Amino acid sequence: MIEVENLYKKFGKNEVLLGLNLSIDKGGIFAVLGPNGSGKTTLIKSVLGMVVPNSGTISVGGTTIKKNWKYRKEIDYLPQIANFPGNLKVKELIRMIKDLRQMPSNEEVLISRFGLESFLDKKLSTLSGGTKQKVNIVLAFMFECPLLILDEPTTGLDPASLIHLKTLIKQEKAKGKTILITSHIMQFVAEIADEIVYLLEGKIYFKGSIEELKIKTDQSDLEHAIAAIANTSTNV
Amino acid sequence: MLFLNNDVSKAVITLMNIIIVLVPLIGTIFGVMYFYNSKEFTELLLAQPIKRSSIFSGQYLGVAGSLALSLVLGLGIPFVAYGIFRSNAIFDFTLLLVTGAFLTLIFTALSFNIALTNENKIKGFGYAVLLWLFMAVIYDGLFLMSLIVFKEYPLDSFSLTATMFNPIDLSRTLILLKLDISALLGYTGAVFKQFFGTNQGLTVSLIMLILWTVLPVWRLVVISKKKDF
Repeated sequence: MIEVENLYKKFGKNEVLLGLNLSIDKGGIFAVLGPNGSGKTTLIKSVLGMVVPNSGTISVGGTTIKKNWKYRKEIDYLPQIANFPGNLKVKELIRMIKDLRQMPSNEEVLISRFGLESFLDKKLSTLSGGTKQKVNIVLAFMFECPLLILDEPTTGLDPASLIHLKTLIKQEKAKGKTILITSHIMQFVAEIADEIVYLLEGKIYFKGSIEELKIKTDQSDLEHAIAAIANTSTNV
Repeated sequence: MLFLNNDVSKAVITLMNIIIVLVPLIGTIFGVMYFYNSKEFTELLLAQPIKRSSIFSGQYLGVAGSLALSLVLGLGIPFVAYGIFRSNAIFDFTLLLVTGAFLTLIFTALSFNIALTNENKIKGFGYAVLLWLFMAVIYDGLFLMSLIVFKEYPLDSFSLTATMFNPIDLSRTLILLKLDISALLGYTGAVFKQFFGTNQGLTVSLIMLILWTVLPVWRLVVISKKKDF
């Protein structure tokens, strides 16, 4: 589904990705983990074409993404920080994105599931952080795209919405979609992820299932296993 | 204004003085403000299946187009109502509107360029205002100084070229010389009249204005393709 080869990216003097290689197969939930500033968001934005890499190739669904934009029709993206134009109403924003995508969508189900009906006529600038995140989720999940990229989907959500989000992600997985998630909440990752990709210093440090990670680090739970990776790497 | 002096040509001169200075300022400020304000919107659109060049050229055309249209309609309608079609200043007036529209397009494109290359809003705003100040005021000052310093030399072609490289000066000279008041400008005025007064001069000036529009827009598209968000 996604093939990344020798990806290099630096912002000024800050080298974020150093020859990253990654291949993600079709179907399943992949969690991209790593300490702050390890390049998770940069990797995701490179796949989306928002960040232009210094060198290296990325292909999504068999086509290289360089100088190409049509491949984004196959991707649903949930950005890390929900930055919406504040002068639009929620309803208008949803309509606009639908208009851009020209695809069948199921936003009504999602709106009622997250209880957003009463917010539809409100301006986005007046919404709270959690509500904005819910709008963000609705926008990301309302189309049927084979690839779903979620950057920190849990930020600002209350427990009830978190449960909704988890069931939603599992539903999408059952449809055979490929889902890419970044998160710092290990409990959430342990619950839903099939495979873990651990980024460290601009490279893939580990890729495999949670069980493999636990065996490798000799730890019994995921949170400690992840912390153990971070420690061993700083000691080396 | 029209009721005060009943002469369309004089009204055109007065309006020109306002348009030449204000239109670039409005274009610059609006362009920078719009670009920084719609940053979130741009980021939202970038993740959607749309070409980058269409996002940015669309934003540019939206701002510049509506500004130019409001100028042309806002000035055009009252003058049409006054009966501009029956007066012989119609050509001068059309020229005023055309140069005004070009100035809007040029300065919006330049300000978009500035905003795109500067992440820092305050810096971007500063550069944009400085650009306007340079083109509208400082350039003229430097121009005049150089004329005084080198007054022993023949400066006709130098001043012609220098005028060409500033869209504000170019528009001003173009209109002034169309208005048959160049006799007031002395010998240099006569040289200018020879150049700008002819159709060839008009064509060259219009081509320069078009170049001034196309080059920044082209740079805008090129930079936007390489930028990270």
